[in-house]
Amino acid sequence: MIRSTRLWSWIAFALGAAYFLLPLAGMFEFSLRARRGEYSFQAYRNVLGDPQFLATFGYSVLMAGFTIVLGVLIVAPTAFWVRLKLPGLRPVIEFVTLLPLVIPPIVIVFGYIRLYNTSSWLPLTGSALGTDFLLMCGYATLSLPYMYRAVDTGLRTIDIRTLTEAAQSLGAGWITILGRLILPNVFVAVMSGAFLTFAIVIGEYVFAALLNRPAFGPYMVWMGSNKAYEPAALAVIAFSVTWACMALIQLATRFQKFTKASC
Amino acid sequence: MAYLDLANLEKSFGPTRVVRDFTLAVGKGEFVSLLGPSGCGKTTVLRMVAGFEAPTAGSIRIDGQPVTDLPPNRRQIGMVFQAYALFPNLTVAENVAFGLKVQGVARAEREARVTEMLRLIGLPDLGGRYPFQLSGGQQQRVALARALAPRPRVLLLDEPLSALDAKVRVSLRSEIRAIQRDLGITTIFVTHDQEEAMSISDRIVVMNGGIAEQVGAPFQIYNRPATRFVAQFVGTLNTLAARLLDPGQGTVAVGDAVLSLDRPLERPAGSTVTLALRPEALRLGHVPGHDAVLPARIAEVEFLGSVIRVRAEVGGNMLSLDTFNRADAPPPAPGSLVQLSAAGRDFILLDD
Repeated sequence: MIRSTRLWSWIAFALGAAYFLLPLAGMFEFSLRARRGEYSFQAYRNVLGDPQFLATFGYSVLMAGFTIVLGVLIVAPTAFWVRLKLPGLRPVIEFVTLLPLVIPPIVIVFGYIRLYNTSSWLPLTGSALGTDFLLMCGYATLSLPYMYRAVDTGLRTIDIRTLTEAAQSLGAGWITILGRLILPNVFVAVMSGAFLTFAIVIGEYVFAALLNRPAFGPYMVWMGSNKAYEPAALAVIAFSVTWACMALIQLATRFQKFTKASC
Repeated sequence: MAYLDLANLEKSFGPTRVVRDFTLAVGKGEFVSLLGPSGCGKTTVLRMVAGFEAPTAGSIRIDGQPVTDLPPNRRQIGMVFQAYALFPNLTVAENVAFGLKVQGVARAEREARVTEMLRLIGLPDLGGRYPFQLSGGQQQRVALARALAPRPRVLLLDEPLSALDAKVRVSLRSEIRAIQRDLGITTIFVTHDQEEAMSISDRIVVMNGGIAEQVGAPFQIYNRPATRFVAQFVGTLNTLAARLLDPGQGTVAVGDAVLSLDRPLERPAGSTVTLALRPEALRLGHVPGHDAVLPARIAEVEFLGSVIRVRAEVGGNMLSLDTFNRADAPPPAPGSLVQLSAAGRDFILLDD
């Protein structure tokens, strides 16, 4: 009986794996056909050797880093404060954090351009640095639903009220409590939010294209419309980056010394 | 002058008044327990002292200094929580050192203090462990060391033993009391466990419905309860309905039996009064010096090892009494007719 249940589990797993992996395998196989009549990594060499790839990828990675910092600075104290002092506001905050999923990025970016153009009171689009800042804010907005949920779920796993009160009774202020106790204890959750943010920033097109910044998203679209095999290679690279991020989340969990997972 | 002075504290959550006109003066080095059922306001009082709740009215002073408006991190109060609340990302030593680090104490002094504290709680070798690697009792010891390390002015213990198993609870409460005496630290202990409160407190505050029903030493609270609630909440109590025959002589009738309470009673003759009697004040048989004799029928006998608990019916009232087990005197059989006796002065007259 148990053996047949296990067999069916494996069959279901194999079907699921085939559904997801076969298109990837097909794409990978296609990306290897850049040279006629043989398999090669020519398309990958072309992509990785393109200085524009390195420039746009480097730019997006940097922007992702800044976006993650901004996201954590906005979300962690907010989620902490709402859980600790304003639990009644949680549905409102959750609704606000879901708005980026409902409002299309194009609406947000046009709003930005209208509000912060060169003839506005705060002409952020007048300089590259100002536009980068706007782009970072846009990315932080897009990643808000994921970052907030990740951090909020992390906060749910610890008794933040008692930990906060214990720290307060020992003389700690809010910054010490957040920086030395709360954030380290929701580190894994923050990391998963951070990697999701990273994945969003790396693939984002609308913000970067309309703000005219040299990001990886517009580069992928340009590549897709001008080359045959390289877009497939680029997609495989993008998948690899995402999967590497997920592996890093797992590693971060495993190497945390103060959880039972390390035993 | 009291070291910790709580004056006319009030706390309301919306329309609900949780603490009403609560006044308590705690001497330096005193161990006071707040005892009461769930929802009586004892934890709210403690949280107001800690600064986690702001009183609706009233004031709190520590060593003469008003602290009512001070935030919790500036009150110099140590607190131990029921759920331990150790910081999971810090080792035992780092947990104990946390308060000292926040205060900016130099590293060498900090390390010396941590070693001293870990020795005090009997865990000198566990400084490098993380909280999840400790048992519940060990975690609560570490929580105590962490609270004591910064030398707080007052120590607050919020049901610190409730999450532990019975054996650890008993041994840890003795340790807490010994450490508190050693350090001479003023301590407020919140519990709903009367045995716990009576065994370690200098004084007990029995709370009910947000007010302090009685404040006194454990002996006084147990033997001379001031209100019906205190009498019924603290310890096991037998209650008897009686008719007052002679208020001047303190003579009452329980069923057909006439008893003398050995003191005058301030109630009109003929009125019905409620008497209370601790199980250990009742004796099986007529014992010299116990002149209040009640005829009874044995209803139930529970053999508990060193003690035998007997339940007997007296004039429509069911009474419990405890007797020590003796190998040469078997317990009475259920259904048998016996005499119970008590000293008149042991009867407690409950208010209406």
